[in-house]
Amino acid sequence: MSAATHESGAALLAGSFGAGFAWAFARDLTIAWRHPGETLLVVAFFVLVASLFPLGVGAEAQLLERIGPGVIWVCALLAAFLSLPALFASDHADGSLEQMALSPHPMASWVSGKIAAHWATSGLPLAVLSPLLGLQYGLDADTLAVLALALLIGTPVLSLLGAACTALTLGARGGGMLLALLALPLFVPVLIFGAGAAQAQASGLSALPHLSLLGAGLIVAAMSLPIAVCAAVRVALD
Amino acid sequence: MNVLEARSLTGSRGEARLFRDLSFGVAAGEWLAVRGPNGSGKTTLLRCVAGLTRPDAGDVLWNGELITRDRAHFHADLLYAGHLDAIKDDLSAEENLASALALRGVDAGAEAIRAALGEAGLDKRRQLPARRLSAGQRRRIGLARLILDPAPLWTLDEPLTALDDAGQRLFAALLARHLARGGVALIATHQALDAPAVRELRMDA
Repeated sequence: MSAATHESGAALLAGSFGAGFAWAFARDLTIAWRHPGETLLVVAFFVLVASLFPLGVGAEAQLLERIGPGVIWVCALLAAFLSLPALFASDHADGSLEQMALSPHPMASWVSGKIAAHWATSGLPLAVLSPLLGLQYGLDADTLAVLALALLIGTPVLSLLGAACTALTLGARGGGMLLALLALPLFVPVLIFGAGAAQAQASGLSALPHLSLLGAGLIVAAMSLPIAVCAAVRVALD
Repeated sequence: MNVLEARSLTGSRGEARLFRDLSFGVAAGEWLAVRGPNGSGKTTLLRCVAGLTRPDAGDVLWNGELITRDRAHFHADLLYAGHLDAIKDDLSAEENLASALALRGVDAGAEAIRAALGEAGLDKRRQLPARRLSAGQRRRIGLARLILDPAPLWTLDEPLTALDDAGQRLFAALLARHLARGGVALIATHQALDAPAVRELRMDA
């Protein structure tokens, strides 16, 4: 390398949204892969709790069919919540977050990449497993499909909302409790439309309105929440 | 021509005012040693210069332009190493270095990364998860990063902590090379560093 490298340093290192997103997504997935316990814990929690309900309320087929979608959604929501604190906390503690903030990429890029990786290791496996759990509640094939689809659209919203709340509680003492108080109420609309979709399908109505509203929610959340996360991360680093 | 300039910076940590009306300039090939007792605001000053912390008043200019005007451009030129080493325990030394460089958009290549880790004395340990490295060895991953990253502005907070004599000599050599290439460095340190073209900034508690 020569002096010329220094003069043109900025031209060499160009920041871009795509590169920042891909970097964060690949990195967080690699770390999750090295440390699979956390992802498995989320999945195990989801499966166990959703399987305890039929044992607890008895084997009355009609009752199980009615509560099934709602119970599975609540379990998914709590399971997704379980892995939220880790999203930014360890990167904040070891200085990685500083390095990301000082990279040439726009902040929203790697923030979005991290949220996407969080979803891929929490919401996605839950959505994929949900039809199996739905079988325990005697849901029919169409309802199972709608349940999985609603989770597939709804869990990214949970990751996005959760990320905004975690970023806000960064560095706060007792952050875990604060996070629950902050995030769980915000999850309510997702729960209502998500569980509503499968319930509508089970009672012979169209699930489409619920799914459309969930989809609209996802688009709005994906467009706006990363910006809120960026602001919160900046405050946490200052 | 690289030049870093601070104009009447005022910074505080919480309620405490740490420095007031601080001005300095560092030109290409020069480095500024920031010295002072614990709690005198060295880290805060470095964070202000890097753009992590907003100063209460004053401006930081890089090559004559406010660093807040084009963040991406400034950050492309900046290598910042705070006292947190940003090393992931689950990744190996090699992966940590590759990841840090990729984040900055530096395309070094596996061969160069291996060579740099060798130069930093981690040749036999580059595949080990970072959790199994000692504090000094983790610092050496940072040294390897200094070898490969072409950023013209270094902002380093206590870079010699936990390094042995050989490590400190390597750092001094890297700094000298950086300065010879026309780089600029701002370094908070307590130790004496054997590198040319030093200017000193004393901070009072």
